[in-house]
Amino acid sequence: MHRGVDAPRTPAVGGSAAAEQAPAKPPDTGAHLQQRFDALIADDERIEPRDWMPTGYRKTLIRQIAQHAHSEIIGMQPEGNWITRAPSLRRKAILIAKVQDEAGHGLYLYSAAETLGVDREDLLDLLHEGKQKYSSIFNYPTLSWADMGAIGWLVDGAAIMNQVPLCRCSYGPYGRAMVRVCKEESFHQRQGFDILHTLSHGTPAQQAMAQDAVDRFWWPSLMMFGPPDERSAHTAQSTAWGIKRLGNDELRQRFVDICVPQARALDITLPDPDLRWNENRGHYDFGAVDWAELTRVIKGDGPCNEQRIQRRRSAHEEGAWVREAADAYARKHHNSSAAEALA
Amino acid sequence: MTIPPGTTTATARRGWPLWEVFVRARRGLSHQHLGSLHAPDAAMALRNARDVYTRRGEGVSIWVVPSAAISASSPDEKDSFFEPAMDKAYRHPSFYDVPDGVSHL
Amino acid sequence: MSASTTAVPAGDLVRTAFAGYLLGLADDSLILAQRLGEWVTRAPQIEEDIALANIALDLLGQARTLLACAGKVEGLGRDEDDLAFLRDEREFRNVQLVEIPNGDFAVTMARQLIFSGYQYELYRALLTSTDPMLAGLAAKAVKEVAYHRDHAVQWVRRLGDGTDESHTRMQTGLDHTWPYVEELFERAPGVAALPRIAADPASLRPAWDSFIGTVIAEATLTIPQPTWRARGGRAGYHTEYLGHLLPEMQYLHRAHPGASW
Ligand SMILES: [Fe+2]
Ligand SMILES: [Fe+2]
Repeated sequence: MHRGVDAPRTPAVGGSAAAEQAPAKPPDTGAHLQQRFDALIADDERIEPRDWMPTGYRKTLIRQIAQHAHSEIIGMQPEGNWITRAPSLRRKAILIAKVQDEAGHGLYLYSAAETLGVDREDLLDLLHEGKQKYSSIFNYPTLSWADMGAIGWLVDGAAIMNQVPLCRCSYGPYGRAMVRVCKEESFHQRQGFDILHTLSHGTPAQQAMAQDAVDRFWWPSLMMFGPPDERSAHTAQSTAWGIKRLGNDELRQRFVDICVPQARALDITLPDPDLRWNENRGHYDFGAVDWAELTRVIKGDGPCNEQRIQRRRSAHEEGAWVREAADAYARKHHNSSAAEALA
Repeated sequence: MTIPPGTTTATARRGWPLWEVFVRARRGLSHQHLGSLHAPDAAMALRNARDVYTRRGEGVSIWVVPSAAISASSPDEKDSFFEPAMDKAYRHPSFYDVPDGVSHL
Repeated sequence: MSASTTAVPAGDLVRTAFAGYLLGLADDSLILAQRLGEWVTRAPQIEEDIALANIALDLLGQARTLLACAGKVEGLGRDEDDLAFLRDEREFRNVQLVEIPNGDFAVTMARQLIFSGYQYELYRALLTSTDPMLAGLAAKAVKEVAYHRDHAVQWVRRLGDGTDESHTRMQTGLDHTWPYVEELFERAPGVAALPRIAADPASLRPAWDSFIGTVIAEATLTIPQPTWRARGGRAGYHTEYLGHLLPEMQYLHRAHPGASW
């Protein structure tokens, strides 16, 4: 086990199990440490990696950051699916840059998770074994070019809505990673909107393509905010710890409110007959989300779950000999590596 | 006073070792810690850092340091380690009242 | 840099030769970018997904500049997308090396070593081209390609001098790609008509040979002695592989004639 600068002193083990084995402090100082932690949270201060933290806090963060990192990495696939088929060279370049950004986001986040005493390698194993989740939206297939637009506009849009509050997360490295991610995400959402705008003002076939993509991605995007707060197992404690700043339902409502006028500008109809402005609430009312579908897809029964994990696994397994070779080379050339680094 | 953050040896790890990345955003600024990455050695770590952390021209110079080589102060020693500096408010410019009408100070 | 700064040589023959030369350079970069794009989400490590995507982006940028310029020189009103998406196999002018399938990571790194080594010498030579567009492009591209070449060198060293398995795979990768080397340095049709504008490929060979020789030796590998060689890419004779790459790249653009994206 190899850990980062910020990693805690206690021996960590792989995956989310690390949290269970986290700081076993002498009982006499335990109360004092808990008090200091509570005071930092109460003052809206940041918790940093080497600070003492409750086991549950560490465990929750590891789970959440890892899932987030996995989502970025798995999220490369639905869009990567269109790199070789992009309809213009300009769009091809934008798409490559965007998918590349998502890989970067995954790395920022794995890096943040590693400050909690877990290893990226172990987190990847948990992903490959299906023991850690990723955002269920990426289990839907990308069937047309317009899906690149719908994903950028809706999926990146929903992600931004979720992520902006996380920039103020009580755990310092996660918050800082989210600041970097959010800076890059706004380009993603705009390029998606731009794709849809071009299509919806294009030929009838292109317009139909754009509408179809939004029809397929609208509801799964609303599911990205998670189940209703009253049904969410983690929301209350995460809020108390300053990990989660806003509730699922509030974020979902904000997202709907923002999307409706944008859809109008796109000349695209959102596939919800119940969608209408509610003067009393000052918000748009919208129809019931099919939570059974979310549960089903999260449990593995989505159109692409198998395929997404399979791709990740095979990339990892087929790359093993490359990683081993680099390791072997580093051992052989240990002394010359510093000079070579500068060469 | 300091403790090694990586208490385990490289032989126990799986995958490539972890490197901390520091980037100088532009001339005149110091290198700033941006995060970490995995690489088999320093040469590859530098190259990966360029791709991962400076895709938008965020840097003019990169340092990579094996995470295991960094020593850090212990949080438990925080009081004795940092608090002596806390009462020297005169080291901070905001300690001094600047008279109205004086600028560029 | 704008294509309008190109000093279009006088005379139809020279104009045709120049457009053809630009297309050759453009197609090399375009087709290799397409191949590298196939790696994204499949690389041995996430950091490597990013590195390969970076190289693909650089190559795609070069291709776009060159295609736009070729279109201007040609004077038929074709833009970068017309040239990329509406030409058939026999109209592509790239060398065959860039169109062969990716294979494993060793094959891809062998191809990267050969090709970025070649492109590095090429763009260095074009720094002094009398055509301002080409000289300008070369000034930008030579920096990009220096990085691509370095990336390939790092990996060829590590795979060659890594484990037994990686050594075998890397040597196999070189053996697999070496038949495509000769074609890179062959004088393409028309280049003779473009003195001081184009770079004579044969003149790039000595520097490439010495660079490659050093890397291969450091990596404990041997330079292959292939029994056959590829030929004809610059004249539009390709491998069967290109006929599968192009439909994938072009189908959507072609399915909607005249649409903008
Ligand atoms: Fe992202
Ligand atoms: Fe994104």
